[in-house]
Amino acid sequence: MTTADFLIKGASLPDGKKADISISNGVIASVGSGFKGEAHTVIDGKDCVVLPGLVDLHTHLREPGREDAETVLSGSSAGVKGGFTAVSAMANTSPVADTAGVVEQVYRLGQEAGLLDVFPIGAVTQGLKGESLSEIGAMADSVARVRVFSDDGNCVSDPLVMRRALEYIKKFGGVIAQHAQDPRMTIGSQMNEGEISARLGLKGWPAVAEEAIIARDVLLADHVKSRLHICHLTTAGGVEIIRWAKARGIDVTAEVTPHHLLLTDDLASSYDPVYKVNPPLRTESDVHALREALADGTIDIVATDHAPHPTESKECEWQEAAFGMLGLETALSIVQKTMIDTGLMNWVQVADRMSIAPARIGGYEKHGQPLVVGSIANLVVINPTKKWTVDRDLVLSKSSNTPYHGHELPGVITHTFFKGKATYSNGIVSSTGGK
Amino acid sequence: MKHLLSISDLSKPEAISILDTATELARVSDGAVKKLPTLRGRTIVNLFAEDSTRTRISFEAAAKRLSADVINFSAKGSSVSKGESLKDTAMTLQAMGADAVVIRHPASGAAQRLADSEWMSGSVVNAGDGTHEHPSQALLDAFTIRKHLGMGGSDLSGLNVAIVGDILHSRVARSNVLLLSMLGAKVTLVAPPTLLPVGIQNWPATVSYDFDAVIPHVDVVMMLRVQQERMSDLFFPNAREYSRYFGLNGERMANMKSGAIVMHPGPMNRGLEISAEVADSARSVITEQVTNGVSVRMAILYVLLAGGALEVGSN
Repeated sequence: MTTADFLIKGASLPDGKKADISISNGVIASVGSGFKGEAHTVIDGKDCVVLPGLVDLHTHLREPGREDAETVLSGSSAGVKGGFTAVSAMANTSPVADTAGVVEQVYRLGQEAGLLDVFPIGAVTQGLKGESLSEIGAMADSVARVRVFSDDGNCVSDPLVMRRALEYIKKFGGVIAQHAQDPRMTIGSQMNEGEISARLGLKGWPAVAEEAIIARDVLLADHVKSRLHICHLTTAGGVEIIRWAKARGIDVTAEVTPHHLLLTDDLASSYDPVYKVNPPLRTESDVHALREALADGTIDIVATDHAPHPTESKECEWQEAAFGMLGLETALSIVQKTMIDTGLMNWVQVADRMSIAPARIGGYEKHGQPLVVGSIANLVVINPTKKWTVDRDLVLSKSSNTPYHGHELPGVITHTFFKGKATYSNGIVSSTGGK
Repeated sequence: MKHLLSISDLSKPEAISILDTATELARVSDGAVKKLPTLRGRTIVNLFAEDSTRTRISFEAAAKRLSADVINFSAKGSSVSKGESLKDTAMTLQAMGADAVVIRHPASGAAQRLADSEWMSGSVVNAGDGTHEHPSQALLDAFTIRKHLGMGGSDLSGLNVAIVGDILHSRVARSNVLLLSMLGAKVTLVAPPTLLPVGIQNWPATVSYDFDAVIPHVDVVMMLRVQQERMSDLFFPNAREYSRYFGLNGERMANMKSGAIVMHPGPMNRGLEISAEVADSARSVITEQVTNGVSVRMAILYVLLAGGALEVGSN
C-alpha cells in the first residue's frame, strides 16, 4: 500500500458528490470513498468544494519593466492565493512581449517562481502600435510556445492588420485576443458614457466603441475562418453580437472579468480612481446581461484582467489615474457571490468557466483536466460556507488597488495544488513554490 | 456644512441662506469701510491649477473683506506645473495651516478628492473642477437673477431660464441646472445635439435645439462661452454657423420678453456666442454678475468658516 502525499477527506466534487481525493506523485491517485491507505497530509474537506485549478487568460504581471507594481513572483503568489494554477501574462510590459526573447524571459521567470504556470501572451503588433505584425511565429515556436496573441491595453483597430493577424495565427492554431475599443471614439475617455458621466463631467467611453469592434471582428474571423477571443466584454450589446456570431458558427470566444459581474459605473461618483478601469464599469443592466451570458455559455470564461498599479498611480485625480484593478485574489469569491449565491450557476459551470474553458482556449493541456484518477493534480479547495473580508494592506500582490477593500466576500480558498504540491494552504503560500 | 463641492451638497434652505447672507454682506461692500473682522487670523489658500484671473480675484476680494489672510497658489510658477501631485500640494497646504482651500482645477472631481482625502483637514471650496461643477458661479447667478426678477420670494419660482451653448463641457451649466431648478425655476438647455451630454435625460431641465423658439418665453438667457478647442473637434461645422444658430445677437434679443435679462459667466467671445450690441445693452447684467460674485463668495466663506449663515437684519 502506497502512502499518498495528500488526502482531501469528505469534500464535494463540482457536481456535489462527496469524495475523498488523494494526490500522489503529482497526479490524482484516487477519487471516491475507496481510499484506505496512509497520507502524509490529511485535509479536512468538510463544507469544501474541490475544483480543477483556476486558469486566468488575462493577467498583467508587469515584469519586465514595472517591477514596482508587480513581479512574476508576487503575481504568482497572488494567483495561488486566489486558487490559480495557470495565468496568462499580458504582453504590455516594457519592453513589450513582441519577440521570442521577452516571452521566453517571462516564461522562465514563471518557472523559477514555480507556484503556477505562467503562459506568456505575445503582442499582435510590434510595440503594441497596431501597425506591423510582431514576430508571431518566433514566439509560437519559442520555449514559451505562445498560442494567445493580444495587444491588450490597445485595440488592434486597423481592420487590415486585424485580418492579417487572424489569418497568420491559423498556421499553428493560435488565437487573437482582442481588446475591443475603437480608439477614435474613446480619446481621453474616463468612464462609461451615460447618466453618471454626464453628471460627473467625466469624458464618456461609449458602449458602441466596444460593440463596433466586436461586430467587425466576428465578421473578419468568419471571413478568414480563424479563431477570435474577445477580452473583457462589458456591454449588453456586445453580448448580443457574440450570441449572434456563435449562432452563425463563427469561432469566437469571450471573457468577462469578475469586476464587471459586480460593480457599476455609479461608483465613479466618489471620484476614487480605485474604480477606474478599462473597459469601464458599466450599468446595472449590462451587469445582468453579462451574468446571464456567462451562465448560458455565450460568454465562455471569467478572466481577471488583474492590473496592479503602484499607489501614486491611484492616489490622485481621477483623470490622472491609471486604469485597472487587482483581480487574482478575489476572482473566485466574486464569481461565487455573483453567480453561485444568486443561483445563476453551479460549481460544475464555475469549473468550466474558470478552468476547463480557459485552458482549452489557451491550449494549456495540463490544466483544466477532469477530477479523475491520473489527471495532473492542479486543484483548488474552496469553502463556500465561510466569508472573509478583503484588506488591501494584506494582499499578496505588490500593489493594493483592489476595489473590494473592506468588502466581506463569500468563499474562503483553503488550498491550491499545483502539479500535486500545495502552493497555498490555509493562508500560507509555499516558500518553495511547486518544486 | 464643511465643504462646498457641488450644488448637490446643498439643501434648498441652505442655498437660500447663502443668498440671504450674501444680501446682507453686499451692504458691507456698499459701505465706506468694506471690511468685516469675521475671519481675522484665518488662512485661506486660493489653489488655482488652471488659469482663471476673474474667479481668483473674486475669491481673494471676498476673503480679504472678511479679514482673512489670503495665499494665492497658482499653477504658473508653482509646483503644480512641475508635476507635483495633488496629494503633496494638499499636504503642503495642510502643513502651512490652511483653514480653507479654494480650488480651481482642470480635473473633474479634484475638489472632492481633496475633501475626501486625509491629506488636509480644512474646508474645501470648489471654484470649478474640470467639466463638473462651479457652485459659486451658480450661486452668484441665482443671486443676480433673484435680485432682478425675484417676485419678492426667497426662491426663483415661476421664472424661465435658458442656458445656451456648450452644455457638454460646462461646469457652469451643471451647477446652474441643479441650483436654479432646486430654487423653482424652469430651466431649458439650448445647444446643438453634439454639445449635450449623452445621459442628460434625467437632468431637471428640458432640452431644445431651437434657440429662436425658446427665446420669447424666458426671463433669463444665460450664454456660455464656446471654448476655442471645440472648434477643431467636430462639434459644429464652423464658428459662423454656430453663431448663426446659437449666438445671441440684437435681432434675437429683440424677441425677448420685456424685463428679461442676459447673463454670461465670462470671459465672453464677443461676436461668437454674444454680439457686442447685446453684451453692452441694458438687458445685460454681466458686469453686475462680477460685483455680486464677491458678495456671494463672502457668504460662502462666511457660512463654511464662521459656522453658519448671517441672520438677516443683524450686522
